[in-house]
Amino acid sequence: MRKIGVWAFCLGGLLVFLASCGPSDTGSGSGSGAPLDRPRGETVRVSGSTTLLPITLKAVEEYLKENPAEIVTVSGTGTGEGVKSLIDGVVDLAAASRELKPAEEKRAREKGLTLTGHVVARDALAVIVHKDNPVQALTMAQLRGIYLGAIRDWSEVGGEARLITAINRDSSSGTFEMWVEKVLLGQKHRPDAQVQSSSGAVAYAVAGNRHAIGYVGLGFLDGQVKTIAIDGTRATLATVTEGSYAISRPLFIFSRADASSSARRFLGYLLGSEGQGLLAAEGFAPAGD
Amino acid sequence: MSQETREAILLRPKLSRTEQGARFFFLACAFVALGQMVLIMLFLLGEAGGLFKTANFFDFLFSTEWYPTYEPPEFGAAALIVGSLAVTFFSSLLAAPIGLGLAVFLACLAGKSREWIKPAVELMAGVPSVVLGFLGLVVLAPFMVDVLGLPTGLNVLNASLILALMAIPSIASLGEDALSATPRQIQDASYALGATRWETIWRVTMPASMSGLSTAVILGLGRALGETLVVLMVAGGAAQIPGSLFDSVRPLTATLAAEMGETAIGSPHYHALFALGVVLFFLTLGFNLLAHYLGQKWRSR
Repeated sequence: MRKIGVWAFCLGGLLVFLASCGPSDTGSGSGSGAPLDRPRGETVRVSGSTTLLPITLKAVEEYLKENPAEIVTVSGTGTGEGVKSLIDGVVDLAAASRELKPAEEKRAREKGLTLTGHVVARDALAVIVHKDNPVQALTMAQLRGIYLGAIRDWSEVGGEARLITAINRDSSSGTFEMWVEKVLLGQKHRPDAQVQSSSGAVAYAVAGNRHAIGYVGLGFLDGQVKTIAIDGTRATLATVTEGSYAISRPLFIFSRADASSSARRFLGYLLGSEGQGLLAAEGFAPAGD
Repeated sequence: MSQETREAILLRPKLSRTEQGARFFFLACAFVALGQMVLIMLFLLGEAGGLFKTANFFDFLFSTEWYPTYEPPEFGAAALIVGSLAVTFFSSLLAAPIGLGLAVFLACLAGKSREWIKPAVELMAGVPSVVLGFLGLVVLAPFMVDVLGLPTGLNVLNASLILALMAIPSIASLGEDALSATPRQIQDASYALGATRWETIWRVTMPASMSGLSTAVILGLGRALGETLVVLMVAGGAAQIPGSLFDSVRPLTATLAAEMGETAIGSPHYHALFALGVVLFFLTLGFNLLAHYLGQKWRSR
């Protein structure tokens, strides 16, 4: 009896051990999208900017509902990786939050490729403060001063005598990258700036703190916070689309001249009225022109 | 079991096949644990090593400039390390006395009320950290801003309070086990010599279980050091050396959690995050070695 007990215990342990080291195939794919076991020619592979990732995923979801025969895979690798993959022919479309860099254009030319950039949307960052903060507007220089640490109190920009708590997004986000590029002009932000890891968290933190200032995409403006005009212009869908709001940038999808017909169809969907409607619903301004 | 069979077992030179098999199995289990430890360490060190092709080791450890996505990037982890140590230290100032006090109460004084206090403490140990973090975010932080007039409620103090809340049940639970393990006889002897209850606890029971108590505190601190979600939510996330309890900090764990998701694999930033993981690994290892050392030291007395 006792022997059987020992063996049963060992066997049970062994089974648990084997089960735990078996091949795990969950989470090995990149991004999301359709399964990859269909012929490669039909698959549209998109990678690149994480800023565009949520709306691309949303668009793919809707697109596949209408075109069940198509296969689209999406991964967020960052703009640089995405463009590199496009030039190497690993993906069909690259999502980018900037224009091509000269080095990238040169690499494409060396390979005899023509890359075309399509503006799919305009991304903008609204500057937000607490609802009770009397400050209505800031100049770009004041905003930069606040984030670089030169301006530390709201009274210096016409507000109450109250220390400023500046809130950043996490440094890996496309939002933060855009902030550094457009507002800080590449300079280092003050070290005591706080970090929130999502735009929702930034809005929440600003809504609950009269000292705070932060920035979020247009989709996160919900009446709990106040939007500040920058250089006289407030961030709205209209000002962003017409290009008069300063903290905004075009978002691109790059394609190769030799793109497959499936890739062209998906790109057409994104740029068409349905795709643009989805972008607007997610808080991005339409491409405009 | 008769005397004869016992001798037969002790004297038998060769183990039976069954026993050999079982022995081999348990040995294998031990090596699985050891092996995964070694593999994790090799992986961490290997991935972290990539950073030092482009960055200086001393800059990494002693610079406070953490600007990983700037051009050129800077990977100075000093502020992050200090952030981790600061919240751990201040949470321990609160958690150690309260946790140990709770342990003494449960082990020596509680009597009947132990029956419901003990489960309550264990229940508290099981509260998910996200719930406590949320408490810090929506209750403590606005309180600090509104009542204390601070520019932010997400700071060292908030994180330390919440971490202490998490460490107290661990310390109390482990500490109570240590106190309860004190031999009954030496406490009886103390009472027999005319010592009061207080003198017995302070002079006899606590010194006798000092190894277990110090282990309890250090392991509680280890938990605070490794805790990620709470500090991500309530420490504020500013990569600076804090000048006061009311400044925001960014502990190592929060940095890893906030930045790992969107970092390009193989980039210097990616390797830098692994280097932070190595630092965290060695800090935790240090805490465990300290717990082991103190345990040994007090035991030998």
